[in-house]
Order: sequence, then structure tokens, then C-alpha cells
Amino acid sequence: MFKKVISSIVVLTMIAALLLTGCGSNSGSSNDSKVKVGFIYVGPAGDGGWTEAHNNGRLYLEKQLNIKTLYRESVPEGPECEKAIRDMIAQGCNVIFTTSFGFMDYTEKVAKEFPNIKFFHCSGYKKGENFANYFGRMYEPRYLSGIVAGMKTKANKIGYVAAFEIPEVINGINAFTLGVQSVNPNAIVKVKWTHTWIDSAKEKDAAVALLDEGCDVITQHNDSTAPQIAAEQRGVWAIGYDLDTPKAAPKAYMTAPIWNWGPYYVDQVKAIIDGTWKTSEYHGGLKEGIIDLAPLTDVAPAGAKEKVAEMRKKIEDGTFHVFAGPIKDQAGNIKVEAGKVLEYNEIMGTGMNWFVQGVEGKIEQSK
Amino acid sequence: MLFRIIKRTDLTGTQAVMFRTAAVFLALLTSSVFIIILGNNPFEVYASMLEGSFGSVYGIKETIIKTIPLVITSLGIAVAFKMKFWNIGAEGQIFMGAFAASYFALNHADIPRPALLVIMAAAGFLVGGLWALIPAIFKAQFGTNETLFTLMMNYIALKWVTYLQYGPWKDPGANGFPKIANFHDNAILPKVFGVHIGWIIAIVLIVIMYVFIHHTKRGFEISVIGESENTARYAGMNVKKIIITSILISGGICGLTGMIQASAVNNTLAVEVTGGVGYMAIITTWLAQLSAPVILLVSFLFAVLVQGGAYIQTAFQIPQSVASIIQGMILFFVLGSEFFIQYKLILNKSILKKEAKGGI
Repeated sequence: MFKKVISSIVVLTMIAALLLTGCGSNSGSSNDSKVKVGFIYVGPAGDGGWTEAHNNGRLYLEKQLNIKTLYRESVPEGPECEKAIRDMIAQGCNVIFTTSFGFMDYTEKVAKEFPNIKFFHCSGYKKGENFANYFGRMYEPRYLSGIVAGMKTKANKIGYVAAFEIPEVINGINAFTLGVQSVNPNAIVKVKWTHTWIDSAKEKDAAVALLDEGCDVITQHNDSTAPQIAAEQRGVWAIGYDLDTPKAAPKAYMTAPIWNWGPYYVDQVKAIIDGTWKTSEYHGGLKEGIIDLAPLTDVAPAGAKEKVAEMRKKIEDGTFHVFAGPIKDQAGNIKVEAGKVLEYNEIMGTGMNWFVQGVEGKIEQSK
Repeated sequence: MLFRIIKRTDLTGTQAVMFRTAAVFLALLTSSVFIIILGNNPFEVYASMLEGSFGSVYGIKETIIKTIPLVITSLGIAVAFKMKFWNIGAEGQIFMGAFAASYFALNHADIPRPALLVIMAAAGFLVGGLWALIPAIFKAQFGTNETLFTLMMNYIALKWVTYLQYGPWKDPGANGFPKIANFHDNAILPKVFGVHIGWIIAIVLIVIMYVFIHHTKRGFEISVIGESENTARYAGMNVKKIIITSILISGGICGLTGMIQASAVNNTLAVEVTGGVGYMAIITTWLAQLSAPVILLVSFLFAVLVQGGAYIQTAFQIPQSVASIIQGMILFFVLGSEFFIQYKLILNKSILKKEAKGGI
């Protein structure tokens, strides 16, 4: 019996080999366009958050410019990232977007080695001749979402599931808290760290811990919808992040600060094709449209829509700035003097290692 | 029961090879179903896997770089397995070796390069060996189960490195991001013909291990203990001492892998430093039947699988999980074929007939 099995396998193998040699030669051929764009993702392309937002941008780019793009998902923020970038270059990519903070140094290293390839790193601060960085002023919609949370909370305790103690996350927590306190000075924001960008189990655990401490609105700086679902299971409310996800937790979800990367990707790649590209530091805000606040659902508190619209207009026309003084830190020390406004580089820089008053949580400092 | 399992005695070497080859093709055949469901042509995907591993100088280099840790770790594991000491702890030993080497790389980068690299290698070997020694002493003294013990030690090592990365060793220059600083150039292994020197270390170790197992007294003793501890004792061997020194070597070699990976591949210590090599090497060691030269072959094939898997993910935009499914499928079938090499299934009817004829 086994002889038969083996012989039939051998026959199949031979057929396979024939077919293989027949069609193997044309594999790997692609469109003859000048650019081949590669994306390195930190999570799965369909994570329901950060990476999915980038992937939507990638698909938008493919559609708008009719070009071929590649992606590699779930790349850890370690040396594996450098490998993934090199793999992409070996596969013919000449434009590479790396879309997580921890990819920065690896992107820089490879960029120096390949001056003819264009690199883009999202959410960092380094750049070079062929190495641009880009991000958005996410603290603007964070502030707006804080208004929604501050109006909604009855317990006056809001939970914030946060990834890492880096400026990007810290300024988001601060902006959110300033938004909360602008409408509800009695509310506090409790922070729990997950030390991962995407891990739905850890995100859920953090959310549950916050709910156990009495929070009745949960928001997040993490990439999955797990915190929103945890809030819904307790019958309380949630604000998402990255993507508009009203379906994940329909009874809890109020809104989310969201990303819209597509137009930026199209602009940059188009400039490369046209030969007009120059390295840049891009950080658009509500006005430019790279970020937004998702439409408020029916769960959102009454009056929030109007309040958000009012503040949004002020942010867009420049009459209001989220980080305008006076701003006090947790200990009550003035960090931003009255009449002063923090610059983008200060908001995103190493100096952003303190929480505003109203945040309950700790930033671990490395020595 | 429709079938009965009978131990095989009649299989020749060529037949065994045929079984394994057939298993690989069956795996590819089964994986094809997944690939077709995803809307891709399986032949193109497989061809592309080979293209990713051999199609360019870059691909070949990457495949070799992935082969190196598998070979060295497998050699380490093989020493323990030869004694039937089931060392599942290579992963942890790699971590601890990498940790020890990193200590010198991060704190003593001012030592001249050759000396620093030798110190790092020695530290990696020693600490990896000591890490393996803990379960070995417990086994020798109290007869604890080394399989579970070594496995649990992996998690301790992983969490230790995680603690360092998120805590005391966190790079202050990384803006709060949990990473350990990159090594100074002095702490990075040099390249020979475009690939880090680890490939030479691997080849030298293969030769040493082959000679050690087959042509030295200690190698012979290890084999005897593996066959029967009582025989070894009767022959006057100091079983405890042999177990302990051999495990020191086994863990030490795995620790050396850690040093090589941290220095040459990652240029730092990170929780991803092992890349799962410690577990994968258990499989390669076993499939190679503990033979040093065969370990090279099997490790290389596995590296092709890993490198090719990474390549098809981007080339065909198939999810990472599917690339893993193909790898898992091949593993499943190849390991499954080992069963059919050892045993055969027989229809129960024929057994009954034979028994009837025999008049039982």
C-alpha cells in the first residue's frame, strides 16, 4: 500500500517539477513603473488600528497612482526590522516607508547605505538626504476626544491604555487630559502601560484593570480594539484610536482620533516619480487632514458635537493651541508659562517626559 | 481499531530517504490548497521561495546567516541528546550567552577588538554552560525531569533579558523607547567573504564535534551513558561527572550562539535575539539524528524555509501567518514521516487472519 502511495507521490512530483520549470521563469515580474514602494508594518495589516490605517493609505496610493506596492507585516521593532528593509530592497523596492517609532534607527542605518533609495520613517525625528520623516499633530484630535470623554464621564475617572513612555504617547495623554479638564476640571485620567504597540490580550488586561479602578470611559494609545470591547463588556464607554471603528464595540464607542495617510503617500510618491522630491519633515494637523476626529456616534454625550466643532475651528484657524500656557505638571509646577506655546519639536522631543495635572500615572525614567 | 502499529525492521536507508522526501512533497501539496484559496499559483510561490533563498547574492548570504545559529545550537543540543539528556533549554542558554557577551560589549568597549571578542565569546560560552548546568545538577543529584526544567529555564532567561531591556539596560538615548544601546564596533564580529565570521566558527565546530563524539574517550563515554547508564557505571565511568561536563559543553555551545547573534547579527541585545532558534534547533538536531555533518545539511534546509518564507510574504502579499503555515506544514509532515520510518500500520484483518492461521 505504501509503495503505491509513494509511487503516486513521485508521479505528482514529476508533474509538479515540469509545471514549475514551465512557469517559474516569469515569477517576480511586475509593472514597469519607475517606483516600487515597500511598507514595513509593526502589526498585522488588518489589526483594526494603526497598521490598518497605514495599509488603507497604501491601498489608496496603489489606486491613485496605479503602481505596485509591497508590504511586510508584524515586523518586530528590533534588528529584524533592518532585515525586512534589506529584503525589500533585494526585491527591487526603491521607496520604503517604515511605519513605527522603533524602526527609526534601522531605517537610518540602511538609508545611509543606499543613497539612491528613498526612505520615509513615520513618527520619529531623524532624517537625511534620502530619508524623510512624517507624522501628524495627533494631539489636536486627542484634545477634542478628551472633550467628549470629559463630558461623558460620571465617575470622573477616565482610563488611558498606553503603549510606551515615549514623547509621542506622553503628549497624547497630556493633550487628552487638557481636553478632559477643559470641560470637566474634576475628572482625572488614569494611565496603564502595556509596553507593546499591539497585543490585544495585554491591552484588554490594562483596560480591565482601569475599569476595576472605577473608570467609566476608556481610551487608548494601542493598536487593537480590545480596550473598546472591554469597556463595552462593562457597559461603559470608549474612545478608540487610529481608525474609525464603530462596529467593534457599538454600544461603547463614541469617537476616535484617526489617521488618514493616503494623500501624504500619494503626494510623496508622485513627487518622486516627477523627480521633484526633496527630503522633508512632515507633520500635518487637523487643517491638513492627515489626522481627524471620527464622527461622534449616538453614544457620545449631548452637546459634545457642538463643543468639539467649536474647538476644532479654533485649532484649525490657529486661535487656539493645545499646548498653550499656563500648563502645570502633576506636582503643580508650571511647565509652560502663560502666553507661551510649545513648539512641535518640544511636544515630540525628549523634554516631553512629564504629565500634566490631572493625570494619575507614572513615567518610568531611564537613567 | 482498524489499524495496528508495528515496529519496522525492514526499512533500508534509501527507503527512509524516500519517505522523508515524500513527506516534503506531501506537505507542499497540502500547502498548495491554502495558496490556491488565497488566489495564488502554488508553483510560482514555491519557485519564489527558492528565488528568495538562492536567487541573489543577498538571498544566499541571508540564508547562510540564518543557517549559522541553527548549526551551532544543534551541535550543542546534540551533545546533550547523545546522553539522552533532553536539553530543551537551548533558547534560554542562547539568551544567557547573549546577555553575558553583551555585558562586556556595553561596558568594556575600550578593550581592543580581538581581545574583547574573545572575552565576549568566553563569557557567552561560560554563562550559557552554567545556565544549562543548573538543571543538570538537579538531575544528577535529585533525578528531576530535565525536559521540563530546561524548558522553564527558557522563560526565566527571556524575562531576564526583557527586564534588562525595559529597565536597567534601557538606552537613555532612545527617548524612552525600550531598547538596549547598539554595540561599539569593537564588539562586532568581523565579516569574511561578506558573511560574518560565524560561518567559519560553525564549520570548525562541526569538525570538532565529529571528532569529539567519534574519536575521543569522552565522546565514547557520552554515547555509552546515552545507551545505558548502568553499563557506563559498570565500566567504571564517573557518570555524574561526565553528565555535568558534557552539559556544560552543550549549554556553552548554545551560549556561544547567543554571543554570535548578539554581536554579528543584532549588534545589540534584544528580546528577539534568539529568533526562536533554540526551539527550531531541537527539530533540526533530531532530524539530523544527532550527526554533526547532517546537522549542517538539515539546518541549511531549514534556513531556506525561513528565508524563502519571509520572501514570499512580500513577493505575493500573503499574510505572514500563511508563510508560517507552509513552514509548519513541512515540519508536520517531515516529523510525521519519522513515525512511518520507525513503524508501519497494518490492517487489523490481516493480523486476525495470521493469528487464526497460527492457531492462537
